[in-house]
Amino acid sequence: MGVLNISSAVYEAIRLHGEQTYPHECCGALLGQLSPEGWRIEAAVEAGNARTDSAHNRYQIAPGELVKIERDARRQGLGIAGFYHSHPDHPAQWSSTDLAEAHWLGCVYVITAIAQGKAMVTNCFLLEGAGEEDKHFVQVAVSVQGDGFTN
Amino acid sequence: MQVFIPTPLRPYVAGKDSIEVNASTVAEALKQLTEEHPDLRKHLFTPEGKIRAFVNLYLNDEDVRYLSAREATAVTSADTLTIIPSIAGGQASTSMQRQDHSQGRPCLCSGS
Repeated sequence: MGVLNISSAVYEAIRLHGEQTYPHECCGALLGQLSPEGWRIEAAVEAGNARTDSAHNRYQIAPGELVKIERDARRQGLGIAGFYHSHPDHPAQWSSTDLAEAHWLGCVYVITAIAQGKAMVTNCFLLEGAGEEDKHFVQVAVSVQGDGFTN
Repeated sequence: MQVFIPTPLRPYVAGKDSIEVNASTVAEALKQLTEEHPDLRKHLFTPEGKIRAFVNLYLNDEDVRYLSAREATAVTSADTLTIIPSIAGGQASTSMQRQDHSQGRPCLCSGS
């Protein structure tokens, strides 16, 4: 589970989403398939940030929207591989809030730093652990595929 | 009825994305599900037996929390139950930390 494989189109789309919502945090789901090497991301789905009270430093995807995303993914033969969000004017590192609110074990959390409206570093963290008691993030490499995937 | 299983819980149900159960209420569906797949239990329920706060249950398109009978709501074989953990987070930064957007170290953020 050491690498996140993602097409350049999806990679650029999630970074652009962070620029578009600046100075607020963006968020969305990553759809893909699990291989022995790690998650292979096939698509990203933009979601609304339900934390309108503090959108500059918090994000939340409404559960109802998440259910729809999960259904659509299943119809496409994909699964929710993880989620992405942005950190406006802040490092692309997980925060204590990110860890406390992370419950998708085995899934990836991709964070993009947005500096003054421009996408900078994008990092990926895998949520590992057997449960809530010992969950933790492990950074994994992001491999961007130039022209998409070939099967 | 069909119970849809989210990605992180699929390892506890042999990798399946849905499980068929015969139940007359949401609570019965969860009981049957966790009896057949006991490793699921700690991920869905607290040690006191309550559904974990971050676990959302949707009966068809309705959040079970907002149904008048909640988990006691009656179900039929045509219904679907979707288990979906919540997703949230954010930098929750202080003003000083907001100045540094380079990478290289975990941020020491004060989330709540």
